[in-house]
Amino acid sequence: MTNRTAPDAATLVAIYRRMALIKANDERSRKVIMTGRLVMPYYSPRGQEVIPSAVSANLNDNDYICTIYRGTHDMLAKGVPLKDLWAELAGRVTGTCKGKGGPMHITHPKSGVMVTTGIVGSSMPIANGLAWSSQLKGDGRVTVAYFGDGASNIGAFHEALNLASVWKLPVVFVCQNNEWGEHTAYEKATSAPRVADRAASYSMPGIRVDGNDVLETYAAARDAVERARSGAGPTLVEAMTYRFHGHIFGDTDAYMDPERKAAAIAADPVPRFREWLIEQGHAAEADLAAMEAAIDAEIDQAIDYALASDFPDVGELSRDVFAAEAA
Amino acid sequence: MGSITILESINRALVDAMEADEAVLILGEDVADPEDGGVLGVTKGLSTRFGDHRVRSTPIAEQAIVGAAIGVSLGGFKPVAEIMLMNFTTVAMDMIVNHAAKLRFMSGGQTNVPIVIRTMTGSGFANGGQHSDYLEAWFAHTAGIKVVAPSNPSDAYGLLRSAIDDPDPVIFIENLPTYFTKGEAPESGHRVPIGKASVVREGSDVTVIAYAKMVQEAAAAVEALASRGISAELIDLRSIAPWDRETVLASVKKTGRAIVVHEAVTPFGAGAEISSVIHENLFHALKAPVQRLGAAFCPVPFSRPLESAFAPDAAAIEAAVGRLLT
Repeated sequence: MTNRTAPDAATLVAIYRRMALIKANDERSRKVIMTGRLVMPYYSPRGQEVIPSAVSANLNDNDYICTIYRGTHDMLAKGVPLKDLWAELAGRVTGTCKGKGGPMHITHPKSGVMVTTGIVGSSMPIANGLAWSSQLKGDGRVTVAYFGDGASNIGAFHEALNLASVWKLPVVFVCQNNEWGEHTAYEKATSAPRVADRAASYSMPGIRVDGNDVLETYAAARDAVERARSGAGPTLVEAMTYRFHGHIFGDTDAYMDPERKAAAIAADPVPRFREWLIEQGHAAEADLAAMEAAIDAEIDQAIDYALASDFPDVGELSRDVFAAEAA
Repeated sequence: MGSITILESINRALVDAMEADEAVLILGEDVADPEDGGVLGVTKGLSTRFGDHRVRSTPIAEQAIVGAAIGVSLGGFKPVAEIMLMNFTTVAMDMIVNHAAKLRFMSGGQTNVPIVIRTMTGSGFANGGQHSDYLEAWFAHTAGIKVVAPSNPSDAYGLLRSAIDDPDPVIFIENLPTYFTKGEAPESGHRVPIGKASVVREGSDVTVIAYAKMVQEAAAAVEALASRGISAELIDLRSIAPWDRETVLASVKKTGRAIVVHEAVTPFGAGAEISSVIHENLFHALKAPVQRLGAAFCPVPFSRPLESAFAPDAAAIEAAVGRLLT
């Protein structure tokens, strides 16, 4: 693990807490679907815990993010409350969006989660607009657009990076390169050997980091966020990671090389960082175990709360289509 | 003849809206003054007056334009995005249909997208198949979007001010060939409510429902019909989504006959929806089936005689009304 300009112990433990939360939440999500307690489309972020955990450590509560359908890790890392999230996953009226968005469309402005899109690439053009609003107001906020490596092949990526650079917008483009665009391997779909290289076309810094390395990802995110906040413009951060599961829950992932996958799982960044924290004396094992137990209890409570909540009234069909409800 | 063109009234509405509310922004291709204030000068003078931070020329990148408009509206602003030509909205359909239209609903009402997309179109200027289409039915078919299409300077001003006030996304359709049509100048601050039609001329034999340039063609047809002793009521729909059922149904209840005229192609067009609603509500009051008159079902052609024959004109409307009455 690299060790340049390391954050303090409290920050490191806070990053670990986000990672542990994402990992536990993912394990519980799959269990809940498998046991039939809940039916939902689920795109597991397992294996990608470090990226939003380290990025969020550099963000303020009121900074914005736009994320994608594989985004529960980004949402949890930014602070979406578990109960509100789970109630939305369960389609209940107590959910972030009254059950009207669902897992692919979580919005939670209180924690800065402004848009979650189910369309590959579409987080970026909208993130630009949020960043433009901050530039106009001078409010110092930064917007992070999360997306995958597959999204770097779609037009929206190129249009958005170009505009962000020309307008020097306070936005950070975080590509979570998990080596897979749905079922297709990176190299079969992407002409550039590195997504970060594409930044050169848009005259912005492009940096590739090991997205499973907390310190490296934290440092890159810190530089990019500082650059955005200072008014110097956008950065493209390509964070290398690996998706532990298939594209969507239920996908047999037969297309993924079993050896590569096994190696990635063996190098699971969550326990690896946990061990490092203890080794370095940043945290005591007992404290981390207590934290994890508390997370498990909190998730259990959130799921129970969600499943005990009411479904929305069918009257919701005509509400929120426009400001004024249709007669 | 009045004192102002449609183009000037749109410019005036933008000036007044920007003056009234600092949250109003303009973005689009060539919209700022160094780029001529728009290819036809609709936004001329605005960047000089309000600053290039509020009036920004963009790259030719429609997804980026509409995406930026959506995002900046989520941040509390009221952007008016210009998509130069209606055919170019196809490049930004994901942003318009999947995002602008749906974010209010999908967020359970936590966010809304108060944007206006101004766009021009229309056959008659030899621009051929990719610069002239009327695509209003696509947007009207999408829950969460409003669509308006004024036919005169006063309505253009009033509808644009209402569109900018509106808390939801509005597509504001401008007709290229009638930009320089003159009419009565609107009073400053004038508003035309979205969803409210106007009865241009009262009549008792038949109702002609039109919008945009077709109102001008229909007005000429109605005039000619009057000289033949046929009393036609002409309704300028002004708003396509939502449309004014009350005014249309009241008129057709009175006349017993109706024809819907638009420049878009006929199949699956706005005319089909309006005709259906009339039939559903007034079947027993109708003296004849409701007719639709739209453009030929082909891409907009280039060659002059083909383009002239493509969209309905006054003579075609007069003939169609005549058939409806026999």
